[in-house]
Amino acid sequence: MANISIRNVRKSYGKGEVVHGVNLEIDNGEFIVILGPSGCGKSTLLRMIAGLESITAGDISIAGTVVNRLEPRERGCAMVFQNYALYPHMTVEANIGYALKVAGLPKVERLARVKAVAASVGLSDYLDRRPGQLSGGQRQRVAMARAIIREPKVFLFDEPLSNLDAKLRVQMRHEIRRIHNRIHATSVFVTHDQQEGMTLADRLVVMNKGVIEQVGTPEEIYDHPASTYVGGFIGSPAMNFLSGEVSAAHSAVMLGDGNRVEITSGIATQNAGKLVQIGLRPEAMAIVAAGRGAFDASFEFAEELGSGRLCHFQFEDLTITVLSSDKPALEPGMMVGIKIAPGAVHLFAADTGKRLAAGVATKKAKEVA
Amino acid sequence: MKRAVFNNNWVAAAMVAPQLLIIFVFFYWPTSQALYWAFTLEQPWGGGNTWVGFDNFTALLTDDLYWYSVQVSVVYAIGSTVLAIGMALILAVFVDRQLRGFKAYKIGMIWPYAIAAPAVGLAFRFIFNPGAGIMLYFNEVFPGIWDPNSNGAHAMTMVIIAGAWKQVAYNFIFFLAGLQSIPRSLLEAGAMDGARVLRRMRDIQLPLLAPTFFFVLVINITDSFTDSFGIVDTMTNGGPARATNLMVYKIFNDGFQGLDYSGAAAQSIILMLLVVSLTVVQFRYIERKVHYT
Amino acid sequence: MIERTPLLNIATHVILLMGLIMMLFPMYLIFVAASLSLKDVSAIPPHVVPGDQLWVNLSDAWEKAGFGQKFVNTLIVALGVVVGKIMLACITAFGIVFFDHRLRMPIFWCVFITLMLPLEVRIVPTYAVAANALQPFQVLLDATGISWLINWASGIEVALEWNLLNSYTGLIMPLVATATGTFLYRQFFLTVPDELVEAAKMDGAGPVRFLREILVPLSVTNIAALATIMFVYSWNQYLWPLLVITDQSYGMVAVELGRLVPKISSTGGEVAKWNIAMAGTLIVMIPPILVVIFMQRWFVRGLINTDK
Repeated sequence: MANISIRNVRKSYGKGEVVHGVNLEIDNGEFIVILGPSGCGKSTLLRMIAGLESITAGDISIAGTVVNRLEPRERGCAMVFQNYALYPHMTVEANIGYALKVAGLPKVERLARVKAVAASVGLSDYLDRRPGQLSGGQRQRVAMARAIIREPKVFLFDEPLSNLDAKLRVQMRHEIRRIHNRIHATSVFVTHDQQEGMTLADRLVVMNKGVIEQVGTPEEIYDHPASTYVGGFIGSPAMNFLSGEVSAAHSAVMLGDGNRVEITSGIATQNAGKLVQIGLRPEAMAIVAAGRGAFDASFEFAEELGSGRLCHFQFEDLTITVLSSDKPALEPGMMVGIKIAPGAVHLFAADTGKRLAAGVATKKAKEVA
Repeated sequence: MKRAVFNNNWVAAAMVAPQLLIIFVFFYWPTSQALYWAFTLEQPWGGGNTWVGFDNFTALLTDDLYWYSVQVSVVYAIGSTVLAIGMALILAVFVDRQLRGFKAYKIGMIWPYAIAAPAVGLAFRFIFNPGAGIMLYFNEVFPGIWDPNSNGAHAMTMVIIAGAWKQVAYNFIFFLAGLQSIPRSLLEAGAMDGARVLRRMRDIQLPLLAPTFFFVLVINITDSFTDSFGIVDTMTNGGPARATNLMVYKIFNDGFQGLDYSGAAAQSIILMLLVVSLTVVQFRYIERKVHYT
Repeated sequence: MIERTPLLNIATHVILLMGLIMMLFPMYLIFVAASLSLKDVSAIPPHVVPGDQLWVNLSDAWEKAGFGQKFVNTLIVALGVVVGKIMLACITAFGIVFFDHRLRMPIFWCVFITLMLPLEVRIVPTYAVAANALQPFQVLLDATGISWLINWASGIEVALEWNLLNSYTGLIMPLVATATGTFLYRQFFLTVPDELVEAAKMDGAGPVRFLREILVPLSVTNIAALATIMFVYSWNQYLWPLLVITDQSYGMVAVELGRLVPKISSTGGEVAKWNIAMAGTLIVMIPPILVVIFMQRWFVRGLINTDK
């Protein structure tokens, strides 16, 4: 049972605290992705689990044992580094087998196991090469093989795909998921790429500035973001945010210039008078004739995506993006109506950014677009 | 080779001219002069030089004193190199662990580089002086146990220790830099694979230090043939009975005290060839073989 | 990372401490000796605590060895070498890197070869050159018959002579004549992005302007690095000044050290005044040590970049 328990963990370097009281429970066999921008503390958290950084306060337990004081090799974790950290002077075979050599396994048995693992990641033909002679993807696989062969309780991944080109990254993503499905070890994967997080994770942990913003399945996080930060970070193209004030009387959020977005009266009454931010995903809106949507906006320009168009509109002082799969003919300056799909309004408090209500329906589901 | 260049080649000429001029006058010309003198013999009463072919060289190579000097130089080279490299390597590896206070250790190991050879020579001559200080103390207890003034081996030991001491700082700087250029993530990966500190030193740090090691090795050996002058001159003057008469010292002696320009020139040529071939070996064979990236 | 290796840590400290002591102990002994009186310094058992004669000995050594003048001389030479080397290295590397012409590679190799032979190996002929620095040109002129031509045409006899012995120039020139700094600069120039050159050209800057206004400011750290090693190198020069200087008003400090104690081979029966000698050693050691300690980062960087 290799579950990981992180309780009130803090990390400071000198006077500066970079991880502020993180709590997380990871179940045995789960694939957890820790997602966040550079500097948010995700790698630091991972390294604290691995034993490469000391824990300033709090506890980390692996399989029920508190590991704060244990050396990396005593924790039963294997790590895949961002730059792979392959030993440049050793062959692929020696790289993969190094942990077994240190553990004192006799050569014959070691070789057999190396060959087996190498075969499972498709490296059988490369055992005699040195890392310098391999491509990026191959090196990545050596790094993974080196981790797999130890049959660890926990797999740790520190942004292993960042150095690969886009196509290879997608390929390796599937490999990693496939291996996980086969081995079922607890895995903690750190990345800044939200798409990677969404596709790989059983559960997603979104971090920002040393704190966890939200934990949940990708679907939960996408549909019910806990804050403007999470809403804006997850999902591409990014969520639009509009500022306004909740009016119970009108059962809507009042934007400027008499514009409003109507919401269910229950929610409106609950949050009456609050200053809020509305989150609207580009794919949750549609372009209709002027006056026939929730509000009107003027067209600026469109980005051609092939499968659709990302249209940019000017509304009040902001730019709103709408993803449209049919391609309406629009001229710059033209006024159109923006229709909001049902259950697409996310309401956040303007001051804290925290979610007030998610997936709110707009009452004005007027007609077919 | 840069892709973006300027086109005015006259400017280029003006830029390189000064250095070329200086190295012509102070490097290439003297070297050719040395060749000239090595292959000729100065007439005893003036009147220029006569060509004697390889006579000067043959005279040297059949001279026991010359071979003795070569032997002395080799002993010095090996002795001081082994000591200096050994110590510097151990110190560098342990400073690299970056335990508390390592910055102080680091400065402590580096500053001896600033000390001039004669200063080192004088200092160690004082320390090893059989007639005063610590050594006198030993000599009172075990008479004659230490006498570099008449015992050649003792003199050589003294010179080797002084030379090695001076070199340690230089080697240390290079070893430390070499160690610090090893990415920390490699050591972390090693730790995750179960290797403890000493094991990581053996399996990861030392092999990756190999290029630096060989580089330092060749430099030490080469320098021991040339840098040693200041130490020998202040400590032993090549004695006793030529026990520390290193090749470079012999050249100085023969050329400037003995006024044997042809002999000194011939010796210089041989020394030059030795140094150049060591450098060539370093560049062609060692650097190629020992790089992994 | 988390390592529980208390024994190894203790061993590490012990080893490092021993190493530190080995490196520092001789210096401590020198310091002690420099602070004792002549009687105490030869006493048995030896004194290992400093005495109170430090200032006395220091000023004694300063007077006796004439360090005042010699410090000035050494400073002049050191500065001369530093400035000369940096300037030369800079423009030579510039000429090699930023221009493309057929002679580029041959010139590069010409300069490169000088790295292989330090001064000690060519002392004898270099001394002869210093005695008459224009001799090579004299020989060339003679050999090509030009001097004969000049003589025939105008009756002027061409006898070039420029004696560099006992002069600052004679001390500085041969030390400046090797390629160490040039390679540092070359390496550095090679890392300058092509785009910078192209942008400068588009802005209308010629090569000299580019050098002066863009490259030199960029290379300030290189300059610092090169300056520190060259300062230490020239301050500590022993063999060359020994040969070239007979007039002590031009003497250099390191050579002076050699004269503080009578040579082992001398039979004059002079008593070695070790306390004064050690005081003198201290005096000579201080400036380069200060430079190394305060400019440590540049110094290390310079050493590594020039020799590799």
